[in-house]
Amino acid sequence: MNLRSPLGRALGLGAAGNATHHWWQQRITAVALALLGTWFAICLLGLDLGDRAALAGWIARPLNAALLVVLVLTAAWHSQLGSRVIVEDYVHGTLKVPLLVALQFLHAVAAAIGVVAVLQIAIGGR
Amino acid sequence: MAVGKRPLSPHLQIYRPQLTSVLSISHRITGVVLAAGFLLLVYWLNALASGDAAYAAALSLLGAWPVRLLLFVGTFAFFYHLANGIRHLWWDSGRGFEMSQVYASGWAVVVSAAVLTLLAWGVLLSGGAG
Repeated sequence: MNLRSPLGRALGLGAAGNATHHWWQQRITAVALALLGTWFAICLLGLDLGDRAALAGWIARPLNAALLVVLVLTAAWHSQLGSRVIVEDYVHGTLKVPLLVALQFLHAVAAAIGVVAVLQIAIGGR
Repeated sequence: MAVGKRPLSPHLQIYRPQLTSVLSISHRITGVVLAAGFLLLVYWLNALASGDAAYAAALSLLGAWPVRLLLFVGTFAFFYHLANGIRHLWWDSGRGFEMSQVYASGWAVVVSAAVLTLLAWGVLLSGGAG
């Protein structure tokens, strides 16, 4: 038997049942990306982008490899959240759901490729 | 009446563009650009992990002039979204909502994004900071 009132169960859930969850994740990933993005941009400018061996050597350092994996995953999640809202706002009708599904797949696959590539360089010695 | 054919109330097109509204929609547009930029980052990492030949091919693609122009625009999108994102986080803390503050932070975002873009490309074209 559930002693909670129907109102008590509904409070804070919002229309879609997850209230501020999406909004909060967007903010958390935003803060993380502001830090990681700035770090990566500064590092990139200090590296010779034409020298593959030097770049691979830089990525292979444990801290850099770890932060790059976090960067790829966080960017994928932030991008997934944002592009989802844009589709929900501007695309209506039959295209909406297939497009949302395609975006989720695209972000998942891109994130996986990014992480595998970083690990191949860092651990696989590419 | 079919969904999608219904008349709409007067919308964006009847309003004069203002700094606030232009910066707001620009945050979304640069977000879409950065989603493409994320795919480019993955492409770059993948090329790096795939060996010398693959990376050389990626470099010749990224170094082509039309692509360089896109990368320049993408760099601006990155710094704009970063600066305006910080502005949004500041707003989320409940601060900076006076009209004068909204305009001041808006112009600060535009100027800092432009300066950082030029600075980054200055470093990039002069052969890196290292």
